[in-house]
Amino acid sequence: MRAIVTVIGKDRVGIIADVTALLARHGVNVLDISQTVLQEYFTMIMLVDASGCTVPFAELTQTLDAAGEALALKIRAQREDIFNAMHRI
Amino acid sequence: MINRNEILQTIEMIDQQHLDIRTITMGISLLDCADTEIDRSCTKIYDKICRLAGNLVKTGADIEAEFGIPIVNKRVSVTPISLVAASCGAPSYVPFAKALDRAAREIGVNFLGGFSALVQKGMTESDRTLIRSIPEALAETQLVCSSVNVGSTKAGINMDAVAEMGRVVKRAAALTADQGGMACAKLVVFANAVEDNPFMAGAFHGVGEPECEINVGVSGPGVVHHALQAVKGQPFDVVAETVKKTAFRITRMGQLVAQEASARLGVPFGIVDLSLAPTPAIGDSVADILGEMGLESVGAPGTTAALALLNDAVKKGGVMASSHVGGLSGAFIPVSEDAGMIAAAKAGRLTIEKLEAMTCVCSVGLDMIAVPGDTTAETISAIIADEAAIGMVNNKTTAVRIIPAPGKRVGDHVDFGGLLGSAPVMPVNTCSAADFIARGGRIPAPLHSLKN
Repeated sequence: MRAIVTVIGKDRVGIIADVTALLARHGVNVLDISQTVLQEYFTMIMLVDASGCTVPFAELTQTLDAAGEALALKIRAQREDIFNAMHRI
Repeated sequence: MINRNEILQTIEMIDQQHLDIRTITMGISLLDCADTEIDRSCTKIYDKICRLAGNLVKTGADIEAEFGIPIVNKRVSVTPISLVAASCGAPSYVPFAKALDRAAREIGVNFLGGFSALVQKGMTESDRTLIRSIPEALAETQLVCSSVNVGSTKAGINMDAVAEMGRVVKRAAALTADQGGMACAKLVVFANAVEDNPFMAGAFHGVGEPECEINVGVSGPGVVHHALQAVKGQPFDVVAETVKKTAFRITRMGQLVAQEASARLGVPFGIVDLSLAPTPAIGDSVADILGEMGLESVGAPGTTAALALLNDAVKKGGVMASSHVGGLSGAFIPVSEDAGMIAAAKAGRLTIEKLEAMTCVCSVGLDMIAVPGDTTAETISAIIADEAAIGMVNNKTTAVRIIPAPGKRVGDHVDFGGLLGSAPVMPVNTCSAADFIARGGRIPAPLHSLKN
């Protein structure tokens, strides 16, 4: 199952490393990644494959949310379907 | 892959514009719970609801977490209790309401609808018992909602039922006087009620519906408001197109959630209700959309036209996005649940008469309106009759959810808390309709040709 992970927060060294390490620990594979920094704000969007995820996906979203709080970032994982439903006919 | 802007747009809609799924409502048929013994019937009802809807709240929470979209309410609607209870012959149906309330608490839903009767043409003995039981049933339970259908385009208006409902509303208010007449916030009087409505307080599971089904109500006034901010000053053609596109996106999300919930619960998908349902939160207001169209305040001349456009465009945009559309589908204008409506009513810019005109072009009706506590039962009945007439003649659903707040006068305020919000007490025309209501009988169904 594919999902979109978005990370938004104030830029600093090591955000990508922190987030991808967390995903790797849960068996989530990154398929595509893009990121920009706009006025000190870091925005990263990743397409990931969560079919090998070691915990239920709902639990992963909570883990990421909690990790985000610790890292002063907003980290969100959402199933890709919601974006396809909204933006593709 | 979906592009970056689309992803961020979706996230912004959820985070900043209050986009949410307003409700996942499981409709459950209770026809097989009828019994000659009231206690046995109540046990069957409790057991069936717990069995079928036991996982509803957890499933909703899982979908919420996985898709990152808030699902505000999980609810249950059931077969009108006047049908289920008919064979028990009990003098009061309050025990049924209590059984429903216990079941709702057990499964963790925040409302359960269906303490209802359909009496548009006449009342059975069971309908009479149910209607008589409504005030106590609502006062002695917390999560049960009640509705009574008093008119339809095909049957006309049952004025005996209209007269009775005025008294029921008053009594419900009196029994919950310490909570501002809270019971009335859980009671809807309909004309042309729909059988698959997922929204409370008017939801019930009609007899034409399957054993069990999932209906979903979407929302998103904040998203429409935000989209319209980008087309300031442009012609209405552009406004309508913008609303349609936004409604399409919102509804697609509703459809996705409905199908997911249906698959996970192993229950057929019924309908998506395309509604713009406001909440008291700032930025989640239908009144603000009308303001964005160029009105100084909701209630100003032009409000009805603006609402007509909004309501129609929401449906046009949403219809293509869902395989089955139903329920009430339209813009809601509940006064107490919309920050913009509350402000306009407080300032005297929005009157009950203007709201009545607005209900001609949108769903649903005079909704969550607080009026002075000394408003008579006959006046409330007459307001119900007016609203039912609009529904009957225009072949649409209309409803009245009115709270004659005990001890309160115009300018006072009633607070219901949570999604029900708070309502300023609005003035009512005090000319008497007592002789009109005392006539009783039926207003015949209207002619549907020779239209003018």
